[in-house]
Amino acid sequence: MAEALLRVDGLEKHFGGIVATDGVTLEVAPGEIHALIGPNGAGKTTLIAQLSGSLAPDAGRILFGGADITAMPQHGRVRAGLARSYQITSIFRRFSVRDNLSLAVQARSGSSLAFWRPVAAETALAEEAGRIAAQVGLGDRLDAAAGSLAHAEQRCLEVGLALATNARLLLLDEPMAGMGPDESQRMIGLIERLRATVSVLLVEHDMDAVFRLADRISVLVNGAIVATGTPAEIRADADVRRAYLGDEVPT
Amino acid sequence: MSLILILEQSLNGLQFGLMLFLLAAGLTLVFGIMDMINLAHGSLYMVGAFLAATLVQATGSFALGVLLAIPAAAAVGMLLEVSVLRTLYARDHLSQVLATFALILIINELVRMVWGTDMPLSAPEALAGPVQLLPGMPYPAYRLLIIGVGLAVALLLYFVVAKTRIGMLVRAGASNREMAMAMGVDIRKLFTLVFGFGAALCAIAGAMLGPILAVQVGMGENILILAFVVIVIGGIGSIRGALVGSVLVGMVDTVGRAFIPHLLREFISPAFAGAIGPALASILIYVVMAGVLFWRPQGLFPARG
Amino acid sequence: MRRALTVGVLLLAIAFPLAMQAIDQTYYVTMASRILVYALAATSLNLILGYGGMISFGHAAFVGAGAYTASIMIAEGMPSAWIGWPLAMAVPALLALAIGAISLRTRGVYFIMITLAFAQMIYYLTVSMKAYGGDEGLTLTQRATLGFGLDLKDDATFYYVVLAILVAALFLVSRLVNARFGRVVQAIRENESRMEAIGYPTLRYKLIAFVLAGALGGLAGALLANQNSYVNPGILHWTESGKLMIMVILGGVGHLYGGVFGAIGLLGLEEVLANHKFAWLAALYPDYQQHSLLGVGVAMLAVVLYAPQGIAGLFRRGKDG
Repeated sequence: MAEALLRVDGLEKHFGGIVATDGVTLEVAPGEIHALIGPNGAGKTTLIAQLSGSLAPDAGRILFGGADITAMPQHGRVRAGLARSYQITSIFRRFSVRDNLSLAVQARSGSSLAFWRPVAAETALAEEAGRIAAQVGLGDRLDAAAGSLAHAEQRCLEVGLALATNARLLLLDEPMAGMGPDESQRMIGLIERLRATVSVLLVEHDMDAVFRLADRISVLVNGAIVATGTPAEIRADADVRRAYLGDEVPT
Repeated sequence: MSLILILEQSLNGLQFGLMLFLLAAGLTLVFGIMDMINLAHGSLYMVGAFLAATLVQATGSFALGVLLAIPAAAAVGMLLEVSVLRTLYARDHLSQVLATFALILIINELVRMVWGTDMPLSAPEALAGPVQLLPGMPYPAYRLLIIGVGLAVALLLYFVVAKTRIGMLVRAGASNREMAMAMGVDIRKLFTLVFGFGAALCAIAGAMLGPILAVQVGMGENILILAFVVIVIGGIGSIRGALVGSVLVGMVDTVGRAFIPHLLREFISPAFAGAIGPALASILIYVVMAGVLFWRPQGLFPARG
Repeated sequence: MRRALTVGVLLLAIAFPLAMQAIDQTYYVTMASRILVYALAATSLNLILGYGGMISFGHAAFVGAGAYTASIMIAEGMPSAWIGWPLAMAVPALLALAIGAISLRTRGVYFIMITLAFAQMIYYLTVSMKAYGGDEGLTLTQRATLGFGLDLKDDATFYYVVLAILVAALFLVSRLVNARFGRVVQAIRENESRMEAIGYPTLRYKLIAFVLAGALGGLAGALLANQNSYVNPGILHWTESGKLMIMVILGGVGHLYGGVFGAIGLLGLEEVLANHKFAWLAALYPDYQQHSLLGVGVAMLAVVLYAPQGIAGLFRRGKDG
């Protein structure tokens, strides 16, 4: 296997006496869609927060593209190519879809310390925003205020914001949360198409999506990785079945 | 700088700190329970002092006047809560700051209309003189009374908050509003009550400090800021934090003002020390506050988990 | 349409001193200058409070620092506005840099309180500056000099200078909020953690906005000191910060002209209540003019409770609901 894009080594996080992350070791290969599954409260979102840089781990290392980013602030990680989306939609509700996405584009193209030139005149930003909007299926909602979008559309924008950072690795935290079956299918299609350009660490409860998309799956229980393998291996793992998957596993 | 002087200034600091605590306790409860910034708290302190001055004059007795002023101020506080402040709980902090700032102006003018700019209020005759605390250390009897009252109220408050059912509800409300509601508490009544209680504490502070600091319009404005400094240092919503913060601020402020200029003179030229000494002394508590917030952004005793 | 309105109002503002001279009411020129100066101060606060969502309760400190810097320059025999006023922006800007660097790390109520505390520190510093009057304040022997044959002692000239500065500042702010930087600041108000998550070092942008607001506020302070030919610590009192916040809310939070509307509204109200006798009010309470702040307080309370969008909100109502 090629050099890992993301390598997490012995990551630990405690809240008071509660162990949220218990020595997590994990690798995501370039071009891979790596799913992270586990029961509620297993510490998935806490792990994402540490990987993205909004929460400092107590111990362990995070290597991205070979560089140690454990102490790097969140915005620095985004610049380095590591961006996240949120389980609970976090968008700029009073901004239009176009402005949402072009904000994310602006962050990586040129300085934002521009005090004079109207940003509306920057067609390059708007065009790039339009391209990403089309990619996530919002091409015809560019002028709508983000807060006025339907739930599923907001979820697409949520992923679009992460995508617009031009990341090499996306940390997607339950992108299908709250979606109906049809909408989930569209999101699965979107993530499938991303495979060519970007690696993904996918946290998801929708087992159908996980087993269709993932190259490899890691199972997180009580803050620790209990198994990592291909979908077939995970499906066959008796411990995982007992601990978590139960009857949900599609056969 | 004699030992006696240090003792005397420490007692002054304790006395000021305890009065500050009476203000800060009400403020921190309102802040902690209702998540509400009430700048008009200082106005209740002023109203309490004016009420006390009037009632002392009317009854001819300091003790009776002050005792009557306490429920009167509580009534004013509850009236204020029911009429205006209640509508502000659901609003953002900015609206609360501005609305209660407007209330300061309104109450100032109303007090001016009713009482004029100031009112005489002096310590009772019997306590006007000094007591010999230690050989060679006389201390004003009235200031001792303030310390006594402050300690008694602090103890009472501790008892109410820590041991009674009302206190338990208040603590529950401060750390978890939903839980308090789930316990079937009539939150609206509890809030009004807490407000009245806070106003009563204000009145005690206003009445006791009146003879020392003068009863006048605007008297609540600077001490309000000190009370805010206290609760930010102590941790919003925490009575214990308010007590520690109050005594700390009272001590640092009083002792700082008394000794920093002297201390500086030991190290730098007297002229320069005379120039920056008072400045340093008056900003000292803000330096303490900035320091506390830098290392403990939630204050010394955070009430919320 | 909008542009025509702006030009029209500007022309009226230019004609105002001439009209007042014609009817011999030059008092109102001084009054108008004062309103314009406060409009500048409130606009600078609106930059961080309205556009940036930073509830700073210490803006009077920057205004005051500017006022004192400008006054001290004059008192020390350097009356040139070309030196004094830039310095009156630089000193508050540096203060804002230091204060912002610490306080912008805190959130919510703590931010409100820590900005207030820092402003109090600067207030007490000015009280203790015995060489410059201490709490008595400092009387200026002259106004700043500008050259080009402009005499700031002349009230009409002073008015035009203030008007020119305000217009320039408003133009600057209007460019700024629509440029990349302004959009970033507004997006931080909207959702700061997401801004971090798409790659913005948000603290840096907030700090820059804070410093800009401090500099503009300082300039307003310099103008205020010159207008009054006097400065005292009262200009830094926390109630002054409260007044500036009221102006911003009254005028319109995050609206370009919010500070202007607010200054006109609040100072105009104060003026009308204090200096014009209304027969029906006098019948109700003969001495009411001595209690004009009561009316101001009631008006403020009404705005906060019933019109949180401010005066600008009244104009905007049709547009966004």
